[in-house]
Amino acid sequence: MRGITLDVAAGEHVAIIGPSGAGKTTLLHALACALRPSAGSVQLGGRDPWALPRADLQALRAQLFLAPQVPPLPPRQRVITAVLAGRLPNQSLLASLKSLFYPNDIPLADAALARFDLSEKLFERVDRLSGGERQRVGLARALASDAKLLLVDEPLSALDPTRAVQAITTLTQVAHEKAATLVTSLHHVEMALQHFPRIVGMRGGEVAFDLPAAQVTPQLLQELYAQHLHELTGPAPEAIDITAAPALPVVMHCR
Amino acid sequence: MASAAQPALRDPAWSSRVFWMLAAVLLLWPMLVLTEFKPWTLFETASLKPTLRFVGDFFPPKVEAEFLMAVAKETWRTVAMATAGIALALLLAVPLALLSVRVLSVSALAGRMDAMPSVLRTVTRWLMIVLRSVPELIWALVFVRVVGLGPTAGVIAIALTYGGMLGKVYAEILESGEGHATQSLLRNGSGRLQAFFYGLLPQNAAELTSYTVYRWECAIRSSAVLGFVGAGGLGQMMDSSMKMFNGSEVATMLIVFMALVWLADKASAWLRTQLG
Repeated sequence: MRGITLDVAAGEHVAIIGPSGAGKTTLLHALACALRPSAGSVQLGGRDPWALPRADLQALRAQLFLAPQVPPLPPRQRVITAVLAGRLPNQSLLASLKSLFYPNDIPLADAALARFDLSEKLFERVDRLSGGERQRVGLARALASDAKLLLVDEPLSALDPTRAVQAITTLTQVAHEKAATLVTSLHHVEMALQHFPRIVGMRGGEVAFDLPAAQVTPQLLQELYAQHLHELTGPAPEAIDITAAPALPVVMHCR
Repeated sequence: MASAAQPALRDPAWSSRVFWMLAAVLLLWPMLVLTEFKPWTLFETASLKPTLRFVGDFFPPKVEAEFLMAVAKETWRTVAMATAGIALALLLAVPLALLSVRVLSVSALAGRMDAMPSVLRTVTRWLMIVLRSVPELIWALVFVRVVGLGPTAGVIAIALTYGGMLGKVYAEILESGEGHATQSLLRNGSGRLQAFFYGLLPQNAAELTSYTVYRWECAIRSSAVLGFVGAGGLGQMMDSSMKMFNGSEVATMLIVFMALVWLADKASAWLRTQLG
C-alpha cells in the first residue's frame, strides 16, 4: 500500500470497495492495529497505537473489533460461547471462565443472534452450521462486543442476497445505536452505495477515490474495476469456501 | 538385452537403489557385531533347557483365591500409580505448554516476538526436553532412594517424565493447529488466557484429550515396569515371583497384565470416538 491518507471521524460509516487484491483487507488490518505499518502512521483517537506500551495497546485493541472475512470460530465451540467471546475484553479472566461453565449473558447472545434470525441456533455447535450461518455468527459476535470502532471484512461473502441486505442493515443500525464507527470492506458495490454515506474506492494498494456515496458515478466505478468488470457486475466471488467439514474422528498421535 | 541396445529404456533409478541397499547393510553390520547379535544361542541345548523348564512352569497359571486377591490389589495399585502420575504430570505440563506456545504471544501478533518472551519460551522448551529425556525408570531409581520403596517413587517418576513429554507435545499440537480463532481474539483485545480458553483450547481440545488418554495408557504399561525397581504395583510382584522361579504366578500376572493393557486400549479408543 502506498500514499494512503484516510481520516475517519468517530461515528462515521465508511465502505471500502475495489477489485480483489486492492488492499482492502490490509487497510482494515492496519486500522485494527493488527498490522504495523512499515512506513507512515496510524492514529486512533489521536494516539499512535504502536508507540504505546504493550498493555495499553491491548487496552486500545479492546475498544475496536475486527471481524475477519472467515469467521474465527473453533469447530467444537458452541454458538453461544462464540458470540459471548465478543465480550471477553470487557471481562476478567475469572468471569470468562465462569461463563464457560455457565454462559453469563444468555439474553445478550440471544438478542445479537435474533437480529440475524439465528436464535434457534443458540446452543448448537459451530461446526454443525452452514457457511452463511457461521458468517452471521461472526457478525453477531461483533454486535455483542462493546467496541467503539467496528472493522468488518467482507461480511456478505457467504450470504444470499436477502440475508446480505438483512446483515448490512443490522450492522449499520447497530453501529448507529452504539454510536460506533463502522468501516466495512464490501464486494457488493450496490450494497455499499445504498447503505453507506461514504465510499472509499481502492485499487492497486492506493485510494482511487474517497467520496460521498451520491457522488460516486458509474464512470468512476468502471475505472475502479477496469480489468475486473466481472466483479462489478457479477455476484461477489466467494473468496474462501467457509463451509465447515464434518468433524472427523480424532487421530491418535504417537510421539 | 533389449536394454543394452536401447539405453533410454533402462531404469535410471536402479543404480542408486542398489547403492543405498548396500550402504544400509554396511552400516547395520557393525551394529550387529557391537550388540553381540547371535540369535542361534537361543536354540542351543544349554540355554533351551532352562527356558523350556521355566515356560513349562507357566502352566497351569495359579488361580488360588487369596493369590488372585493380591494380584487384583496390585493391579489396581498399578492403575492408580499411572493415573496419579498423569494427574501430577498435567500440573507440570499445562503451565509449561502455555508458557512455550507462540500462538499466545501478543507481541508476535504483528511482527516479531519481543526478546524477553522469546527467551522465556526457549528456556521452557529446554526444560521440557530435559524432563522427558530422562526415562521414568531412571527417575524411579533416584526416587526409590529418596522416598523409599513403594508407589510414591513411581508416581513422582511418571509425573516428571510425562510432564515434560505431555508439555512438549501439547505445545506442538497447539502450534500446529489453526491459529485464526486465537489470533482474532488477541487482536480484539482479549487476554492470553482468555484467548486460550475461548480460541486455542476448543480448537484443539479433541486432539489434546486423545493424546493424554494415549499417554495414560502408556503410563499404565510403564508403571508395571517401574515395579521392577521397587516402585510397587504389579511389576514388583512379578519381579519377586520371577526371582523365585514361580512360573505359574508369573503366568497369572502376565495374563492379568495383558487384560489390563487391552482394557486401557479399549477405554481410550472409546473415548476417542466420543470426541468426534
